[in-house]
Amino acid sequence: MDRRESLKSIVLGSLAGSFALSCKGELEEQELAVIADGATVYGRTAEEKAIDEQLYAEQFFNEHEMDTLRVLCALILPANSEFGSATDAGSPDFIEFMAKDYPAFQQRLRGGLMWLDHESNIRFEKEFKFLEELNQKQLLDGIAYYDYDTPSSKRPFEVNFFSLVRNLTLTGYFTSEMGIKDLGYKGNTPNVWDGVPQEVLDKHGVSYEKEWLAKCIDQSKRADLAQWDDEGNLLT
Amino acid sequence: MQIKESSKVYDVIIVGSGAGGGMATKVLSEAGLKVAVVEAGPFYDPANPEQSTQLKWPYESPRRGANTRRAFGDFDALYGGWDIKGEPYTVAEGTEFNWFRARMLGGRTNHWGRISLRFSQRDFKHKDIDGLGENWPIGYEDVKPYYDKVDKLIGLFGSKENLENEPDGFFLPPPKPRLHELFYIKGARKSNIPVIPSRMSMVTKKINDDRGVCFYCGQCNRSCQVYADFSSGSCLIFPAQKNGGQIDMYVNAMVREVLTDEEGRATGVSYINKEDRKEYSLKGKVVVLAASACSSARILLNSKSKQHPNGLGNSSDVVGRYLHDSTGASRAAFIPELMNRDVSYNEDGVGGMHVYTPWWGDHSKLDFARGYHIEVWGGMGMPGYGFGFNPNDLNRFFGEKIGGYGEHLRDDVKKYYGSVLGMSGRGEAIARKDNYCEIDPSVVDEWGIPVLRFNYKWSDQEIKQTKHMQDTFEEIIHNMGGIALGDKPGAANNYGLTKPGEIIHEVGTTRMGNDPKTSVVNKFQQLHEADNVFIVDAGPFVSQADKNPTWTILALSWRTSDYIVQQLKAQNI
Repeated sequence: MDRRESLKSIVLGSLAGSFALSCKGELEEQELAVIADGATVYGRTAEEKAIDEQLYAEQFFNEHEMDTLRVLCALILPANSEFGSATDAGSPDFIEFMAKDYPAFQQRLRGGLMWLDHESNIRFEKEFKFLEELNQKQLLDGIAYYDYDTPSSKRPFEVNFFSLVRNLTLTGYFTSEMGIKDLGYKGNTPNVWDGVPQEVLDKHGVSYEKEWLAKCIDQSKRADLAQWDDEGNLLT
Repeated sequence: MQIKESSKVYDVIIVGSGAGGGMATKVLSEAGLKVAVVEAGPFYDPANPEQSTQLKWPYESPRRGANTRRAFGDFDALYGGWDIKGEPYTVAEGTEFNWFRARMLGGRTNHWGRISLRFSQRDFKHKDIDGLGENWPIGYEDVKPYYDKVDKLIGLFGSKENLENEPDGFFLPPPKPRLHELFYIKGARKSNIPVIPSRMSMVTKKINDDRGVCFYCGQCNRSCQVYADFSSGSCLIFPAQKNGGQIDMYVNAMVREVLTDEEGRATGVSYINKEDRKEYSLKGKVVVLAASACSSARILLNSKSKQHPNGLGNSSDVVGRYLHDSTGASRAAFIPELMNRDVSYNEDGVGGMHVYTPWWGDHSKLDFARGYHIEVWGGMGMPGYGFGFNPNDLNRFFGEKIGGYGEHLRDDVKKYYGSVLGMSGRGEAIARKDNYCEIDPSVVDEWGIPVLRFNYKWSDQEIKQTKHMQDTFEEIIHNMGGIALGDKPGAANNYGLTKPGEIIHEVGTTRMGNDPKTSVVNKFQQLHEADNVFIVDAGPFVSQADKNPTWTILALSWRTSDYIVQQLKAQNI
């Protein structure tokens, strides 16, 4: 099923459910017609398309650096029984793209990767990517933690390097299809918001007030044309 | 140079297609007038799949929505931003101003927050109360009928609250609060700070056949493809075209100046066609400026002639002056009770907050003028660039290690997802003559048009107001059982007060008044010095209230458009 189709079925699914009590079919049709036409482009202007294409055509990291990033991203967020690693989810390619899109990252990332190999060579006489996982972790243990109260400008370079890679790795992962599924985010799809589920309210010890709810939209009437009296009281 | 003239004479030329220009286009074209709309950016329709960003996933952008290319990120609808290539502005030494401009049909309405608040009688006559600034020459009673019409035409949700300073309107019902908003309500009320349903222009219920109904994707800043949020193109200009309006659209057309005749009256505008880089002129009986407060001021200042040697409408030297933007400050909080969220449901809701705090203060007990409202944000939003950064910094509140790598990062991210809530204050600054924009004589943009130079400084009023915001935020955070994040901004950085311009509510540059010596337009937004030139953006605002300006721009643009129709019929202009 392509994205267009799946979107259509999601729309149908969620709205059909919500409109079970409404006999007006008009509204669903209207929303469907437009959304189902959605293409897979992400709304770029010609100039923006050209920038993306140019960045894709360039390669910043060399093969060795990309290999090292792949190892690093998978150490930062490894696969588990349900989901793949950040490398499986595409974080290294995302980091490669960001290095070109935001050149301020270039020196920090490239210098950090050099530092990693240098340190690795000194301690284990091998480049980082060739180390046993145990040794890779020994090395990371020295740079992966930081003291929150020390401003980042006062932290060692290698700690900041690792923080940057960790940040980009996690953003890359949690903005990927896999990562969004892992997180469990349920939005970005047409639906009808009708408040926080009761069990969630209970879990957090809060509740809706009757007076407040009385002001809110009755979703079964959302398709009825709004009409007011002269005082602004909604009649429909 | 040969300027290419069009032989067609329009009844009205409208410069700019945002809130003010869109409304003028609708009202004037539907009155049967021949209208030209001149927009400095390209055509834009959020329903065009080539342009739409709505319902895209972060991974559809190679930068995952980062803001390296668009000011508010890849998925934000806006073309333009803080810096526009080839179209600079300058800032006088020792002052600051950040200028946000749109370059697209519909302007900034394509991505704005849709917070749609009416000014109250007090807002129009605030000088009567505190002696500061100036009163408007009109009052709430003049604008109310137009607010009512705007409500019914465009649609906004809200609730009748009978608050004196927050006039009620014709509301659609609001959405229910989200979980973090319930925490906010609880926290604010403990300090007797009111919270009411938001008033925002998304259509929660069918309002007419041109508009879809909100399907709660929370992405109004991407501009809605079913036109369920208010954007000027989709809700005003397109329906006006559909209704048979005689509207000629000139896009990628950057207006240079208003052209005038021997009597000093407008005859049209000249513009640069950005595609062929040539200058053209359009003829019109009436010129309506709606290019945004500062851009319209720039056009007037650049419209120099024998009759208007100091710029059109500027013999008073008031054009560009009284520039003011909202004050702004924010604070975020970690709410431990919002940890370990249940992610089984979709809480995108509408784009932005479902609840807010209108100004509640009592000035007899305060050391600053005017007020602010509080906007609330948080929740389980869609991940985008930046999500997962510093994934476990909040561990510090539990004495646990920060940083690391491995499987536990997954758990950390999920544990804290949706547990941070933020508040932003948006307040009223005092309009001052010495905060202004002017023409910088030594710089032109790539179209050869002299650019603006800004001169703006905050005063003690705004700084003290911001201090009050920060104190209030901390109190509410404490009440919610939360922990304020980051250091509390102090006097050294104006308590976190944003730079002038940053809230993007800049108004006041062509202010309204009865006296031509101290104002640029009259109470119908008509230039004192050229009766066939009108300004319908936020330039004529005398003061800006602690309200977002758009709803008032729309109401006043409609009112002015009615006046133009009436004056044309009476052959007065």
